[in-house]
Amino acid sequence: MSNDIFVVTECLDGKVSDISYEMVGKAKELAAASGGQAVAVMLGSDMAEQAGTFASDATIYVDDPALAHFNPEAYGKVVEALAAARSPRLTMFGSTSMGMDMAAWLSVKAERPLIAYVNSLSAEGDELVATSQVYAGKMAAECVPEGESAIVTVLAGAFSVEAGQGGMAVEQIAAPVPLDGLKTRFVEMIMPAAGDIDITAQEKLVAVGRGIGSEDNVELAEELAEALDAAVAASRPITDAGWLPKTRQVGKSGLAVKPKLYLMLGISGAPEHLEGMKDSSLIIAINTDENAPIFDVAHYGTTEDLFDVAEAMLELLE
Amino acid sequence: MNIVVAIKHIPSLADELEVNDEGTNLDYDMVDFVLNEFDEQAIEQAVLVKEASGGAVTVVGVDVIEELDGVLHTALAKGADKAVKIVGDLEPGIDSHTHARWLADAIKEMDADIILTGVQAADDLDGQIGPMLAAHLDMPYLGVVTGVEVAHRVATLYKEYAGGMMGKYAVSLPLVVGVQAATKPPRYAPISKIRQIAKTAVIEEIEVDDDGPGAAVMLRKMSPPVSTGHANMLPGDAEAVAEKIIAIIKERGLL
Repeated sequence: MSNDIFVVTECLDGKVSDISYEMVGKAKELAAASGGQAVAVMLGSDMAEQAGTFASDATIYVDDPALAHFNPEAYGKVVEALAAARSPRLTMFGSTSMGMDMAAWLSVKAERPLIAYVNSLSAEGDELVATSQVYAGKMAAECVPEGESAIVTVLAGAFSVEAGQGGMAVEQIAAPVPLDGLKTRFVEMIMPAAGDIDITAQEKLVAVGRGIGSEDNVELAEELAEALDAAVAASRPITDAGWLPKTRQVGKSGLAVKPKLYLMLGISGAPEHLEGMKDSSLIIAINTDENAPIFDVAHYGTTEDLFDVAEAMLELLE
Repeated sequence: MNIVVAIKHIPSLADELEVNDEGTNLDYDMVDFVLNEFDEQAIEQAVLVKEASGGAVTVVGVDVIEELDGVLHTALAKGADKAVKIVGDLEPGIDSHTHARWLADAIKEMDADIILTGVQAADDLDGQIGPMLAAHLDMPYLGVVTGVEVAHRVATLYKEYAGGMMGKYAVSLPLVVGVQAATKPPRYAPISKIRQIAKTAVIEEIEVDDDGPGAAVMLRKMSPPVSTGHANMLPGDAEAVAEKIIAIIKERGLL
């Protein structure tokens, strides 16, 4: 077993995801404490340039046409082979659409313990301590993996992006396992429908969540947005229900926004939503549940009824 | 086509969760158990696949607190054909690795063509069971899926990525799918129908009694997360709050 820490990085549509840098930064800190190296691992095809953007101690870039797009079968095999050959003490994945497909699979295949939903990692002597945000963030579980080698999936936004950005020499290698005969085939990437407004470019957003209650009530949010010269955004339940187009969804599977004003109507603040808006300059949350996690993130809040507040605001603005 | 849905019965998040006296885990005596919400989506997706392409749906879960029958009866009322529960001298707090090992052993006997499960569960401290099932069964896995179509032994799957992007994949059967959301919202099963089924349905039981490998994770401490900050709560009634919000927005030069 080596003292190295593997970070399985990700690229989406040719761009390195922030979570990759966040993990590399943390891996560097942990590796420095344990006398190992933080090793960024990137899989792709013709992506050597992106592979050279990490502040890791070493970067392995596996280049193969079969790795051009994320394919859990191909990616899993490659990561499994690399981990077997180099025996990292810890392998980090993002708690993302890509990372979640690989981490638990590798845990069973390589018989290494896994801790999921991690937002804090530290070394206590030889022990690794990871805190998992379970029960949708309602509980923090402090865990120690057994054995010499472990796997974690890391929540987006837990660590600094800047600490992982840099430029290191890249060791480019061919796939360490044959990648023919795959049962999984990537067909195409479907981009979000164009034509709607781009919520990531808006200075002011009025965001609606489950608390808005019904499709008819979305109109009130639209009126308020118009009066504030803002656009309407939404949490996942609203776009899933079809009350607003998918292009308005903020969060993990939607868009990340950073407006100057994020006014929230009836959004409790699930981790998936917070991931997409927590960096907004001014967050005001209206939610009747005083224990809603959103009040830990918002700058201002109220538990008054959202309809009463929105109507009163409309009157004052007119 | 044999369609299998692997489900998890997990602590409900609807009520306040409490920690045991040692501060090392939930106080399971104080929580209700419910079907993992993503598994409900997986059941719906399974029934949709059956309706579109034919086959039979088997739902299988670990009966952690001996209250799984209601969940299985509901699944049968929604269109599943068979229900199986894994039973034994079980205690709440069974980790994902153990869940996956038991479920995989049960599924090995089912000649499954496609296995659907929720992409994640709120109690997945040691990871999600879908990829683990795939590893045990030596099948490919694709998760965060919001649409499944099957034709000519190939599943066409739609996988969500950040930024509203969606990857389209084609995977040869058999495979394991982690369902984020079914193509349509889960259907409603009338309570009368569930009651009717409860009277006649036979739930197959598989007994487990082993000390196989589990998560290999030591849970040292569990507690509600310490919040790093709190919103400045605006005082007064709705009108006063509205006035204050507008004043704050104006202060920032945003109005």
